[in-house]
Amino acid sequence: MFMKSVAEQKVLALNGNEAVAYAVKQCDVDVVAAYPITPQTIIVERFSEYVANGEVETAFVCTESEHSALTACLAASLTGARAFTASASAGLALMHEMLFVTSGCRAPVVMAIANRALSAPLNIHGDQSDTMAQRDSGWIQIYAENAQEVYDSVIQAFRIAEHPDVLLPAMVCLDGFQLSHSMENVSVLPDEVVKKFVGVRQFPKVLTHEGKLAPLRLDPENPMTIGPVAFPNYYFEFKRQQEEAMRKAVEVIRQVHNEYARISGRSYGDGLLDAYYLEDAEIATVCLGSTAGTVKAVVDELRAEGVKAGLLRIRAFRPLPVEGIQKTLGNVKAVGVMDRSMSFGGHGGAVFHEVRHALYDLDKRPMVVNYIYGLGGRDTNLTQIRAIYKDLQEIAQKRRVEAPIKYVGLRE
Amino acid sequence: MTSKEEEKSWKEISIAAVCWKPNTEFLTGDWKTYKPVRDPAKCTRCLLCAIFCPDGAIHLKADKNDIEFDYDHCKGCGICANECPVKAIEMELK
Amino acid sequence: MQTEEWKFTAKDIVEKPDLFMSGHRACAGCAPATVMRLILKAVRGPTIVTVATGCMEVVSTTYPYTSWNAPWLHTAFENAAANASGIETAIKILRKKGRIKDQHVDVIAIAGDGGTYDIGIQALSGAVERGHDFLFVLYDNEAYMNTGIQRSGGTPLGAATTTSPAGEVIPGKLEPKKPIADIMVAHEIPYVATASPYYWRDLIIKVRKGLEVEGPAFLHVLAPCPRGWRSDPSKSIELSRLAVETCVFPLWECINGEYQLSAPSKVIAMAPQKKKPVKEYLAVQGRFRHLFTPKYEKLVDEIQRITDLRWQKLLKKCGLT
Repeated sequence: MFMKSVAEQKVLALNGNEAVAYAVKQCDVDVVAAYPITPQTIIVERFSEYVANGEVETAFVCTESEHSALTACLAASLTGARAFTASASAGLALMHEMLFVTSGCRAPVVMAIANRALSAPLNIHGDQSDTMAQRDSGWIQIYAENAQEVYDSVIQAFRIAEHPDVLLPAMVCLDGFQLSHSMENVSVLPDEVVKKFVGVRQFPKVLTHEGKLAPLRLDPENPMTIGPVAFPNYYFEFKRQQEEAMRKAVEVIRQVHNEYARISGRSYGDGLLDAYYLEDAEIATVCLGSTAGTVKAVVDELRAEGVKAGLLRIRAFRPLPVEGIQKTLGNVKAVGVMDRSMSFGGHGGAVFHEVRHALYDLDKRPMVVNYIYGLGGRDTNLTQIRAIYKDLQEIAQKRRVEAPIKYVGLRE
Repeated sequence: MTSKEEEKSWKEISIAAVCWKPNTEFLTGDWKTYKPVRDPAKCTRCLLCAIFCPDGAIHLKADKNDIEFDYDHCKGCGICANECPVKAIEMELK
Repeated sequence: MQTEEWKFTAKDIVEKPDLFMSGHRACAGCAPATVMRLILKAVRGPTIVTVATGCMEVVSTTYPYTSWNAPWLHTAFENAAANASGIETAIKILRKKGRIKDQHVDVIAIAGDGGTYDIGIQALSGAVERGHDFLFVLYDNEAYMNTGIQRSGGTPLGAATTTSPAGEVIPGKLEPKKPIADIMVAHEIPYVATASPYYWRDLIIKVRKGLEVEGPAFLHVLAPCPRGWRSDPSKSIELSRLAVETCVFPLWECINGEYQLSAPSKVIAMAPQKKKPVKEYLAVQGRFRHLFTPKYEKLVDEIQRITDLRWQKLLKKCGLT
């Protein structure tokens, strides 16, 4: 499948959630089973309108909880359906058990997460603690910067998840309210182009108790047992298989991104990492999601002032693009990793851990510090981001880190 | 389970832990302490024993007119003997 | 073929190959295993089965072995009904889109009392409220047997379990058995029934009826566990008969809201002298052993009282008082 020319697209005014719903509408999804939670509600509401108007051939199930929503998607997926759901915060947390099961069953379910803070106290606004808390679950994680990227990423997610080398579920993450509810211009591809791009689901062959190789699905023609108990002498190998799929996903994400770029005319770095002015950067931040957009504006300003500043936006957080991180940040003097979540009792936030760790093996490595920001939807403005770069300049100059973990916008 | 199967690398086995052996290949017959012995003269071929057996260890013979016990799977629970309406089955020490 | 027209003999049933194959690791004398066999003898065509975590799931699917000769799924403990929802929804839409064979597929969700009464009740309630076309079978061994005989909402009053043991001051479980089948009736689904493996013909017919119904159906099957009930392995089926004869576990159906007593219980309703005292049922089970001591023997009367009360209520619902 090779589309040589960029398809003609129309521009719609969509917020992040609507962009998700629109993308799902075009992807020939068979089953959507979901439960509403702020700030994702618009996704399921908009989609149910499509269903009510006969605009999609999708079975829409309003389950009684998120745990059942993901379960139903998993079961539907294993029955052969292309399945999608969406959640956030507590809803994603409620799915926790099933996230691992979905990955273990190698079901390519796609889920959109409107990133929102976890309770307590209750907070409906955006931060990334919900998906960061699930980074061990075996799901691909893609973080979008704007509504356009959300639309593009959801479409790509089906291809990535269903790829025979991958067969892992994937979540597309968009910052709650800031991205989910902000209206932007989104260029959408024609229906047939998207349908052709995502194609029809293919199934891997597995050995069944009847002694034959059959497509992995619940099918009366080829009975098979999915989800057994695997004792200590068997379990470990299946986990290694999942890890292998994650490793293969690095290349698959890149490939799918590039193929999509050819038909849409849009790309996001190499699909895994969006490097902004990093070729000769001396100071840089690492950021995921919509705040990266604000950071880019600051980097533009700083560059105009002659400061060698840059930004690494991580698009694919799982699988972590270790090589890419090493390549893009290896020559930077001071790196400030921005975390929109916390890992209580750990040495800094999740992204800080992963990035610093990825750089550890380099012979020459940058100083890496952590800036925890934006929890519970707290806004982070240009001034605050400039201050981060100022801080990084000092660190680069002094060649010393005094405080590895700092908080941005916190009343201390 | 033989060690040969356990030696298979993660690269060699199918993904997603789909089962690839029927349980009939697993012989639970050595679990029993007592085994059911039927007196064919008393037996009325009501087939209740075959219906109630938790292990499906009582089958119709090939000619479909009599039953036989699958001692490879029979666990010796004694339900067949207990339910037999004419007490045609005795549980004897294995 | 409609169940009414299906005439079958014991031989017909025994002749059918076991789709729940021998070699599973259930205890000797496990009535739930018998129930699994009987359910699968009752299937009428292409069927997909999903089972919640529990004895019947664990003993029958120890990788790489499986006892199930039907497409089968297990994902977690509380979500057999959610699994069924997903499967049923997928079949419907894939058929519509021409992606799979255009044939009806029966979906059966099976769970123990844990996966139904307690952790499973949310998914069950949600699934039937949404009206999915599936049969949910509860195999009730009256405790969380697979994890070591801990009490569940289905454990009867006075039963000793590992989390409601009979001790110096407490005589086992203090709460009566949750009336799960009545709860399902209150959901106004087309078919709810109770069954017992001793009455195998009744059970098989009820499974069929549940499959035939369009929409959700619920079947509550009593399935004695010799290990957890501390009873002789050879008595498991007998106990499932005694439970009916003492009216501790009456057999009935509720079809579109109309209650109907099943033959084995109707016999007792018509001839009350046939009703056996609960003592006969309790005496053969070690989990009630403490009730036969002077300290706790009053509880037997309480159990009899509750049994009689529920029986009378049932008779009234069936229009038989």
